[in-house]
Amino acid sequence: MAQNNDIIEKNLSAVPASVRKSFLVRAFGSEDYAEKAASLRRETLKKPVIYVGAGTCGMAAGAGKTLEAAREYLKANKIDADIVEVGCIGYCAAEPLLDVQLPGRARVSFQSATGDVTAKLLDSVFKDEAPLKDNVLGQFEDGGKKWPKLPMFNEHPFFRKQMRFVLKNCGIVDPLSIEEYISRGGYGAFLNVIHTMTPAQVCDGVIASGLRGRGGGGFPTGKKWSVALAQQSDQKYIVCNADEGDPGAFMDRAVIEGDAHRVLEGIAVGAYAIGASKAYVYIRAEYPLAVKNLKRAIDQAKSYGLLGENIYGSGFDLDVIVKMGAGAFVCGEETALLNSIEGRRGMPKPRPPYPAVKGLFGKPTVINNVETFANIPEILTRGFDAFAAIGTKGSKGTKVFALSGKVNRTGLVEIPMGTTLREIVFDIGGGIEHGLAFKAVQIGGPSGGCISQANIDIEVDYESLKTVGAIMGSGGLVVMDEKTCMVDVAKYFMEFIKKESCGKCIPCREGTMRMLSILKTITRSRKGESAKDTLSRFQGVMELENLAQVIKETSLCGLGQTAPNPVLSTLRWFRDEYEAHIFDRKCPAGACTEMLEFSIDQNKCKGCTMCAKGCPTQAIVGKPKLPHYIVAEKCISCGNCRTVCKFKAVTAA
Amino acid sequence: MSVQSRVDKVLENYGLAKRDKLIPILQDIQEEEGFISRSSVLKVAKHLGIPASKVYGVATFYNQFRFEAIGTNHVMVCRGTACHVKGSASVLQMAEEVLGIKAGQTTRDGMFSIETVACMGACGLAPVISINGEFHAKITAEKLKKLIEEIRNREKSNGAK
Repeated sequence: MAQNNDIIEKNLSAVPASVRKSFLVRAFGSEDYAEKAASLRRETLKKPVIYVGAGTCGMAAGAGKTLEAAREYLKANKIDADIVEVGCIGYCAAEPLLDVQLPGRARVSFQSATGDVTAKLLDSVFKDEAPLKDNVLGQFEDGGKKWPKLPMFNEHPFFRKQMRFVLKNCGIVDPLSIEEYISRGGYGAFLNVIHTMTPAQVCDGVIASGLRGRGGGGFPTGKKWSVALAQQSDQKYIVCNADEGDPGAFMDRAVIEGDAHRVLEGIAVGAYAIGASKAYVYIRAEYPLAVKNLKRAIDQAKSYGLLGENIYGSGFDLDVIVKMGAGAFVCGEETALLNSIEGRRGMPKPRPPYPAVKGLFGKPTVINNVETFANIPEILTRGFDAFAAIGTKGSKGTKVFALSGKVNRTGLVEIPMGTTLREIVFDIGGGIEHGLAFKAVQIGGPSGGCISQANIDIEVDYESLKTVGAIMGSGGLVVMDEKTCMVDVAKYFMEFIKKESCGKCIPCREGTMRMLSILKTITRSRKGESAKDTLSRFQGVMELENLAQVIKETSLCGLGQTAPNPVLSTLRWFRDEYEAHIFDRKCPAGACTEMLEFSIDQNKCKGCTMCAKGCPTQAIVGKPKLPHYIVAEKCISCGNCRTVCKFKAVTAA
Repeated sequence: MSVQSRVDKVLENYGLAKRDKLIPILQDIQEEEGFISRSSVLKVAKHLGIPASKVYGVATFYNQFRFEAIGTNHVMVCRGTACHVKGSASVLQMAEEVLGIKAGQTTRDGMFSIETVACMGACGLAPVISINGEFHAKITAEKLKKLIEEIRNREKSNGAK
């Protein structure tokens, strides 16, 4: 909307007139940009536009077929319209998303727009002029004439409580167009910074804004920058950590896929603030689309003179290099990441010296995560103090969470700090799937913890989350219901950590292995257990907490120090579940199949023999057409019979 | 083009490369050949002037690198937290059962291989798998079995032609 022009104006108000002119001419063709910018923002349309959410998740949900169907539809009906592939707007559960905007009308968004219904949906807009209500997600507040009786997009429960800084453009703009980013105020803040502010002023401003590292640690970003700025060196580096290794987190992928320029602008400002002339983006190779969009964005920024030598006559040089990570969770740790860029095994080094003093190739280096950088343009545009006014006492601004698991509305959620977890899970996420009961929410991935029903009203804030044994983490938020076994979850995370431990220090390498084997004995069935096995099982159980403490206290890096957290936090809040496994040899959630005792309901069994044929240990006996039985001593609780039974006669307890 | 010269070609692109190019070189080789062979490790070591043990050490450290050729249909099963909670373990089990191989292996006919990934970043659509880069969302063990059978039939009819 027009306020975007105000942002462009405000950002450029102090930069030299010659810079302003050459920037605007390059982006919009002339200094008189208002009209061109409005059309780039698609406020004034000459022909209809169809938007398809084509991020990785959209494609997984079938956006490719939607795109194809939309193209065919336009061809068949001889309609002249543009098709724009946008990034992910964040509402994964509703994918694939298809938006249509007619000239002068509000953009309307459809959910679950799979290939087979695309034509029907497009018909409802182009022919009937009455968008099909069943699929409508909402219409946008974009100045176009509103559709009667259609809900507003912002008022959808998934979006109502969100506050979008980092995700502002995701799913709205074409991520492959730098012009669109500039038309929404992009890169103006960067030009303003390099022409009117000293690096020290930028650092101080970011300190004042209260921005803290969004990668999990929560270290004040401005402070990190000023430490690096104070170092005297011929070369400094800035590194963007896009190696989103946390299983259950995908914010960084979505931001880079949907709005790579925002991240680049943040990196460029950071580089200026510390005096770095080289930036590395360390990105996961598992995210091919994000890598592609990022590389494209860098090329565009270079051709616009926003990267390279002597950027817009400011004397500031910046080169951005993309490094593909090769898949190692430990590389989320700063010093391990630097080792990986240098071409070594990603093993952490002792700190100090901190990377801000002696980092990449022995030079001062600042490492921030994608979301941290993506906040920077918004902070500069809003003003440092205005940003600091949002959030809680110690945590400012917003946080993006990847809401997933057993919740109705999954997706990316950006909320102001201080929002409660209850609001996220129940108001935004729409509660638990299939009407089951909520059990816990896992926050912070393998380094984080589980938060139980008792603490669901806790506010999202770096400090308050620590009080319940969890951490903010990078933003994974996995919801669990009554059918999720917490011991199994702890076992899952230990398995992950055991695999990902780099092997440098013994407590982490050997300790996590031992913890995993103890957890495995806890969820083991009693069958075939000798007296000695039982004894060593109890020994392990007794040592579990002690072992966790040792690993915590004696590991070198963050991975090891936080490795026992999933076990400790589940022990703290779900001790009864552990006890049920240990003493009663039962899994209350019914998730640990090994512990289940299977039986066949004699009234339901039709004697079809399917289960007996599929049983790997011949534990099922019975004659055809007569009810079957399971011989408990032979049963290994694989669950095969339950899967194959067509009459739901096999029960487990 | 023979295998030998493909590796040489990759190395040509990294003329005066130093150690920091080691991982990109290995990634390029894997892209070309599908895996890192013994001879590639030796060549890279010679090219960069570092011991082969170091090259091998780096290659084995990272999950991305493989030392065995993958199948024509590469099945990647996501084992992220969201996928785990939604039952990816049973999906993996089914894949291993139907194909008769374990994760990280390739079938003898070279038609299938299975790999587990820490997280594919599509957690909102869990559980997910990808076959040759194509994502399949909200997969179940049954759906996967069907998918594999479809591919098998397709390959068979292609082979018959």
